Amino acid sequence: MEILMSITVGVLFMVATYLMLSRSIFRIVMGLVIISHGAHLLILTMGGLQNGMPPLLGQEAANYTDPLPQALILTAIVISFGLTAFVLVLAYRTYDAHKTDDLDQLRGTSDE
Amino acid sequence: MNNIVILPIVIPFLTGALLVLFPKYVMIQRLLSVLSFLAVMGTAVHLLQQVGGEGIQILNLGGWEAPFGIVLVADTFSLLLVITSCIVALGCLIYSFQSIEWERERFYYYAFIQFLITGVNGSFLTGDIFNLFVFFEVMLLASYVLLSLGGLKKQLRAGIMYVLINIVSSMLFIVAVAYLYAVTGTLNMAHLSVRVAEAGQPDLLTAIALLFLVIFAVKSALLFFYWLPESYSAPPTAISALFAGLLTKVGVYAIFRMFTLIFYHEPGITHSVIAWMAGLTMILGSIGAVAYGNIQKVLAYNIVIAIGFIVIGIAVFQEAALTGAIYYLIHDMVVKTLLFLLGGAMVGLVGTYQLKEMSGMIRNHPYLGWMFFIASFALVGVPPLSGFFGKLLVLQGTLETQFYVLGVIGLLSSLAVLYSTMKIFMNGFWGENQLSKEDEKTSTHGLLLPCTLLICVSLFLGIGVEWVNPYVAAAASDLMNPAVYIEAVLGPA
Repeated sequence: MEILMSITVGVLFMVATYLMLSRSIFRIVMGLVIISHGAHLLILTMGGLQNGMPPLLGQEAANYTDPLPQALILTAIVISFGLTAFVLVLAYRTYDAHKTDDLDQLRGTSDE
Repeated sequence: MNNIVILPIVIPFLTGALLVLFPKYVMIQRLLSVLSFLAVMGTAVHLLQQVGGEGIQILNLGGWEAPFGIVLVADTFSLLLVITSCIVALGCLIYSFQSIEWERERFYYYAFIQFLITGVNGSFLTGDIFNLFVFFEVMLLASYVLLSLGGLKKQLRAGIMYVLINIVSSMLFIVAVAYLYAVTGTLNMAHLSVRVAEAGQPDLLTAIALLFLVIFAVKSALLFFYWLPESYSAPPTAISALFAGLLTKVGVYAIFRMFTLIFYHEPGITHSVIAWMAGLTMILGSIGAVAYGNIQKVLAYNIVIAIGFIVIGIAVFQEAALTGAIYYLIHDMVVKTLLFLLGGAMVGLVGTYQLKEMSGMIRNHPYLGWMFFIASFALVGVPPLSGFFGKLLVLQGTLETQFYVLGVIGLLSSLAVLYSTMKIFMNGFWGENQLSKEDEKTSTHGLLLPCTLLICVSLFLGIGVEWVNPYVAAAASDLMNPAVYIEAVLGPA
């Protein structure tokens, strides 16, 4: 199972890298969203995917899944959520001010 | 257990939250911001005295014992940096009273400065690696907002680049934490250090160490500095000076912490990679600093050179060099901010960044000119001033450990620093005075006060070496002996 997840994460990182190397800001933001998915799945995988009950004490099971990676992911998710929201608005404002979302045309001008 | 350890994080955080409530009352915002930094500085100095007397102070948050809960650790190194960052932030804050337009001031400017300092102090004090990530994000989010606040075209353009590079490195940080957790099963730095030492740092952990090195190198502009000159020249002076003094230095702190506390078992690999990166950073930074004729670009490349120089201390990994590097780190935070503030005042007067278009300012602004002169000599490391002692010790360390090439590059980069800052001084202050009082775009009224404050700190660091040195030496000796840190956090083994 871990191997399958590793391959999935690898594919996500690959797609994200490809998108982030493109010229359109929107595709780059999509790349950021996908790389954060990859990173979060990686934490889950690296914490171990052995069978166990959800980490709720009321389940009274013999073994539970590791609760720590889940807490880490939850924290990382809200952080990347905030970042994504900020980047989207920043991209929108940049588009508004520069009238382009092409990074090649966002270079510095000669008078600066 | 010492509850005061959390105050340097909580005071700016609560002040920031309070300032959000009344953005239009600028005078109260200013007053509260200054009081907050003074309070943080007071607690940090108090803590420093306690650490001197009783050893490293820790706080187990929520009363959970060390490897299971989050622990805050105040050792001499982190406290020195907390104090310095407060001084720097105070300087930039007072500078922004005069220089920041009211449109920015009324849009939560002071609140975000407080949040930035929350993140910086949190990064210095935390003893947990995921918590370090969170505090990095607190700091970076505040810096994204401060960078793009105002929404000028060039700010938006630089903002996009800066945010993208930092999000990518943050995602790598998460990935590195995930790998580290999979190998060691813990996130507490002291406990990590124990586990890594037990495992003897096999190749897998060395690979993770190099991943961390890449992440913190991006954050601290060590070798991967291509994002820095553009983004630091976009925001107003007070903000770019704050960034110059603080942001990259937090990355340097993280490198110091990781490679003295946790990954110190394979210096043949990790520390020689750091040595290469430091050398290349100094060379490339020097080329940039010499090449440009734009004040902010020259100063931005000087940040890069200094980062390379500080990191020599870790590459050499020897007590004298480490002492010198910490001393130089503290000095550089103060002086780099000072130079950015003075450069900003010059740019404000002339209304352009180009050195070609300014000259002879010393006629009307002798005080500004001589302060810039002293600050650049301090940066280069001319003996009575603050940069000398750090450079001397670092170079001594490189000689003792036979890192001759690094030492020579360090010395030559000092020449590049001298040339580039003197280029600004001679172009801007000497020569024919083209600028009469009436032509000046802004006045320096109120801008020189914070610069005077910072230059006094710098002079004190230079002349009062005897007084500062015990603290710096204690910080370096703690870094060289991770057992002290581990025992403070996890209890005697």
